[in-house]
Amino acid sequence: MTSKLGLDPAVVQTARELARRAAQPVVHMAQTHTTVSVERAVLRLAGVQGADAEGIPWVNRLVDAVRSSVGLAHGVALPVWDALLAGQAADIAELAQKAATGGVAFRLPAARDADRARRAARNAVAGGIARIDRNRKQRERLLARLGDPEPPWIYLIVATGDIYEDIPQAQAAAREGADVVAVIRSTGQSLLDYVPEGATREGFAGTYATQENFRLMRAALDDVSRELGRYVRLTNYASGLCMPEIATLAGLERLDMMLNDCMYGIVFRDINPQRTFIDQRFSRQVHARAGIVINTGEDNYLTTADAVDAAHTVIVSQLLNERFGKEAGLADWQLGLGHAFEINPAIPDSLRLELAHAQLVRELFPDAPLKYMPPTKHMTGNVFAGYLLDAFFNLVGVLTGQGIILIGMMTEGIHTPFLSDRDLALENVRYVVRAARGLDEDFHPPRDGFIATRARQVLGESVDLLDRICDQSLLDAIAKGTFGVTKRPADGGKGLAGVVPHADGYYNPATEILQQTGEDAR
Amino acid sequence: MTAAAQEKKLVRPYGDTTGDGMVQLSFTLPLRHDERAEGAALQLAGKMGLDPAMVVHVKAIGPDFTFFIVYGRVRHLVDVSAVQVVEREYPLLTAKEVNLAVRSRLRRKLVVVGAAVGTDAHTVGLDAILNVKGFAGEKGLEHYREIRVVNLGSQVGAGELVARAARERADAILMSQVVTQRDAHVQHVREVVTAARAAWTDDRRRPLLVAGGPRFDPAMTGDLGVDRVFGKGTTPREVASYLVHTLPRRSA
Repeated sequence: MTSKLGLDPAVVQTARELARRAAQPVVHMAQTHTTVSVERAVLRLAGVQGADAEGIPWVNRLVDAVRSSVGLAHGVALPVWDALLAGQAADIAELAQKAATGGVAFRLPAARDADRARRAARNAVAGGIARIDRNRKQRERLLARLGDPEPPWIYLIVATGDIYEDIPQAQAAAREGADVVAVIRSTGQSLLDYVPEGATREGFAGTYATQENFRLMRAALDDVSRELGRYVRLTNYASGLCMPEIATLAGLERLDMMLNDCMYGIVFRDINPQRTFIDQRFSRQVHARAGIVINTGEDNYLTTADAVDAAHTVIVSQLLNERFGKEAGLADWQLGLGHAFEINPAIPDSLRLELAHAQLVRELFPDAPLKYMPPTKHMTGNVFAGYLLDAFFNLVGVLTGQGIILIGMMTEGIHTPFLSDRDLALENVRYVVRAARGLDEDFHPPRDGFIATRARQVLGESVDLLDRICDQSLLDAIAKGTFGVTKRPADGGKGLAGVVPHADGYYNPATEILQQTGEDAR
Repeated sequence: MTAAAQEKKLVRPYGDTTGDGMVQLSFTLPLRHDERAEGAALQLAGKMGLDPAMVVHVKAIGPDFTFFIVYGRVRHLVDVSAVQVVEREYPLLTAKEVNLAVRSRLRRKLVVVGAAVGTDAHTVGLDAILNVKGFAGEKGLEHYREIRVVNLGSQVGAGELVARAARERADAILMSQVVTQRDAHVQHVREVVTAARAAWTDDRRRPLLVAGGPRFDPAMTGDLGVDRVFGKGTTPREVASYLVHTLPRRSA
């Protein structure tokens, strides 16, 4: 593809190289540490399900029990499967229940015992990964049989808090044209250090991500996909303190896309940066294997920072997300890099600036689907003006070939969308796509014009910022408030207590299997 | 119109002629789209006081729902003299005037501790008031030289917020709430109020309790048990002006 913006390939190359350098120390940290949630994800892959009477999952109980007796520096797999081989319980479910009451004596096996425990653990975890593989094949079959919609994919959100209300809403959205349905999570979930269990009917501004809710919604969308003759994708959020486990559950229940950003939790949820980067790497290895498209969260920066002044921070974050994603084994088609239409409509040339930014992202990541987010910050409550702004957003999305368009609601910021808000929003985007699809063929901004010049300026600022990040370190840059105008020190935030450095002999059967996927892909 | 005339007047909505009473509304009924559904929409409009009412747009949303846009004349009159509003009880100051007032009246920095409390993860409103970036062209409280801001961010528990406010010797606690599902915003604010009133039994020593969010109404002040409520569209300057106006009087 020749650049419509006259981007210098050497500058683009420099930007990628700087992102690689900035990411490297963080990747090394993620390779040499584990977290409680990574270890719980291992147990989930081995089939541990369910929760105790207090609603605390058995995976939490088992990891906590191991941690308090032999620690987690060698991973949970060795002591757990050693205890199973020693006959301390009939199966892993029983072991978890016994361990919760202190009824299991864990040890770190050595020599042949360790080999046997490793083999048993690997076999158990391979069962979960085989299920993820079957789900990926099943998705591919359904896409071939039912049909894969043309981009842009229309992405809609449901968020009632009650999975049984979400289901008819999601099906209605699919019938009205949604290609992707996202179930927003309950607002408190990112800071829970466990994944709730079962079907849930109570949530705040969203529905809890649970394995059962995933299963129910995927089954409902499969029904409506067959009815419509078009595969409808399901999205949820692999973020927060349980990112690795939720990524695992998504693979086990055939979700199709997952929100998964390298820095979102740090900046916006005050989750510890180390915890986030370690959890993120594991979750992306699972997503890579599951054929899941990740969506990154750069749009959020523009809700706290100014969309013009901070445009380059979006590009820098996208380059970092790309780097971290590829290192974890994700392919270009799995990188739904995020950005947003958030420039103040009151300033002159706002549409031209939006076009410059959107086209820049398109050209920097030609093979990534790109997730384009609608205006939120400047939606005022004037629903009529908001509807117009959403139409301009849709137009920029079509004109710059964005792959995934999240549909803006004219009632953004007023209430969770009414059924009719969603229907009107779909009418808006359908009109714009019908009227303007293909307009990108006619869109050739002059090289010396406003749009191309602005795009090159933002790219230049991105390279400068990456340079400064490489001079210090990414963790320092985050501590200084580079992203989202929010300062997050490396030893601050929630969840640091769940980070454990590997000891010699650390063993994680899931990482071992998943890293082979990454190497095969490269 | 003069203020006096405004107070006495009985008015109706204005479409294109004085007194025509014309309004528009839209809604969805859980009915399949057919003649009966349109009749049902007109019946609802009639019960809402629209007479005559006209369905100008009907659209099926899936097999089970129908969306309507209705125009009609309302028969109700609004008695302007009976309307009660919370009038701004403080003068609106510039940033410079606020700084000057803090210096001359408090003789130290004014300390504000803010958080999006409870399960609410949305800091948009909090940051609009506190961050340097500000809102609506006004810089946030962090920008005021004489105000020290402690922004605790999102999902802060009532106990944590009150404890921090005590440690920082806060003059005011700002609680931001965006999410309103199941009245979460009201519950969360009440939790903070309860904790704060337990921590400071002497009201004159207690920091000002200020709640803000797009779905709050300033008239809810008494109901919530706070000192002041700020609703949608509040700017940092309004909050700063309120704080300097209220604080010295309390400590006097």
